[in-house]
Amino acid sequence: MERFFTLFINPVLNKEIKLRFRSFKSFLGIFFYLAICGLVSLAFIYIESTFGYGGFNATDSRNLFMVLAIGQLGLVTFMTPGLTAGAISGEREMQTLNILLTTQQSSTSIVLSKLFSSLAFLVLMLFASLPLYSIVFLYGGVSPSMVVITFGFQLLSMFTIGSLGVMFSTIIRKTMIATITTYAMMLFFLVGTLILFVISLRFSMAYNPGSVSGGNEYLPYLFIMLNPIVTLFTIYEPSAFSYELQATGIEWPLWSGFVISYFLIAIVALIISIRRLRPSMKVKTRKKKE
Amino acid sequence: MIEIINLTKKYGSFTALNNLNLTIEKGSVFGFVGPNGAGKTTTFSILATLLAPTSGTAYVNGYDVTKDPKQVRKHIGYMPDFFGVYDQFKVHEYLDFYGASYGVPSKERQAIIPQLLELVNLTDKKDSYVDLLSRGMKQRLCLARSLIHDPEVLILDEPASGLDPRARIEMRGILQELKNMEKTIIISSHILPELSEMCDYLGIIEHGNLIASGNVNQIQSQLQANKILFVSVKQDIDNAIAFFENDLNVQLVERDDKDEQLLHVSYEGSDDDQVQLLKKAITKDIPILTFSQKQSNLEDIFMEITKGEE
Repeated sequence: MERFFTLFINPVLNKEIKLRFRSFKSFLGIFFYLAICGLVSLAFIYIESTFGYGGFNATDSRNLFMVLAIGQLGLVTFMTPGLTAGAISGEREMQTLNILLTTQQSSTSIVLSKLFSSLAFLVLMLFASLPLYSIVFLYGGVSPSMVVITFGFQLLSMFTIGSLGVMFSTIIRKTMIATITTYAMMLFFLVGTLILFVISLRFSMAYNPGSVSGGNEYLPYLFIMLNPIVTLFTIYEPSAFSYELQATGIEWPLWSGFVISYFLIAIVALIISIRRLRPSMKVKTRKKKE
Repeated sequence: MIEIINLTKKYGSFTALNNLNLTIEKGSVFGFVGPNGAGKTTTFSILATLLAPTSGTAYVNGYDVTKDPKQVRKHIGYMPDFFGVYDQFKVHEYLDFYGASYGVPSKERQAIIPQLLELVNLTDKKDSYVDLLSRGMKQRLCLARSLIHDPEVLILDEPASGLDPRARIEMRGILQELKNMEKTIIISSHILPELSEMCDYLGIIEHGNLIASGNVNQIQSQLQANKILFVSVKQDIDNAIAFFENDLNVQLVERDDKDEQLLHVSYEGSDDDQVQLLKKAITKDIPILTFSQKQSNLEDIFMEITKGEE
């Protein structure tokens, strides 16, 4: 049990958090983020209550919540690659990685600490925005459990994209290339999956015209479950995409596919990072080519 | 102690390290000398468990670097040739972080950090930010960092490179203290005088091959195939030249550019042969005034064997 905790409470995590939060930039970042979110929310309320039909009601409040949540999810997915893709390669470029690797810190502990410390700033941002969500509660329309689900959703997206960022940072030597690769991956999740979903759905409809409602086409489902924004939207609006998803014949709600696949992706990415952080010291025995 | 057995590292067809064999006894200081790209850093990286060998292995305090790297890391203090420091870390925080990373309990770290800062002469800098230190101070801090878990073996890759003469002397003083503390030290440099003074043993490496190892005298005799004898004669120099040229062990006899009576005799015989040569010259009535052997220092030999490098 103690070993488990030392994975999370360890010198690298302490150091990272200390150094990251020591800079004034971090606090400025949070300040501007909250200021913008606050302004957007207040502007939304002002416009709806002044020009909208019947003032700012529960439906408007629900819409505001969705705008905030999806906007924040977008922000999380855009910021995570930038914060995590330099986690290991940045140390390598600073020439501090070699020293770190000769210490007693396990690879697991280094990788997890790097991930969590990089995400700590985003988590702080998310939690700092909680009071903004309280505006929504003033007007009703959203249950507290929905807020919890939304936060869980954002944390999982962050964890998975962050794990991919750390993985690319470990296997690619240059931070710049690791960052571009992670952004490419993130774009695939946000846009690529949507395009592939539409294409695969069109194909399945074209080849099986009779099976649109209740077919057995897994591919469109597999693509769309990887899209965090669409999945989050289907939680708020269960009727959204219901016609298209019927064609897949999979009755699982989209979010369950999302949760399972994102956990799996994160775990695989972290295992790869941990295994590739230090060189395998085993001498490879290869057959000589004559 | 360190034991390196048939250690080889290849990058494709390029051999960075070729079948290196070396034993460094406990408490001794071993200097690894060679031109840039000779294989010193490759050897050190393998010993520090940062690089897997292609074949062969090395043992640090009995632990195999290829099979038990975790144990090896416990016993070594490693200082790479190039290293960075974290911005916004203060000197004592830097040492505390690495102490914690090596699993040194907090109380012990608080006790050992002031001692280490004193050893490397950085006590008055303990609250300074690390990235604001001079290069020499950073090198000393890195050395202190490598000692934080009290390792028995120190692997120091070019610890004095890029330092001004004063900083070099300070670094040498610290290394001397570590030697007194009976640490087993393997240290590399491409500057020989720096090492020959403080090392018990030296190894000269070139193109990944260890071409000589041992103490300074052993290396001289290993590397110096021909000795140069200085012979000055009072008169009849042509006769003396003819006499020396007749000896089977003499390769070449040359007259000195400035002193007409001085000969440079390139000789490959043993010390006993040399005694016989002098005896024979005297019985042949060669009027020898002086007979001496050229004292070449290690640096001359090193320059001679690596002259094709630059």
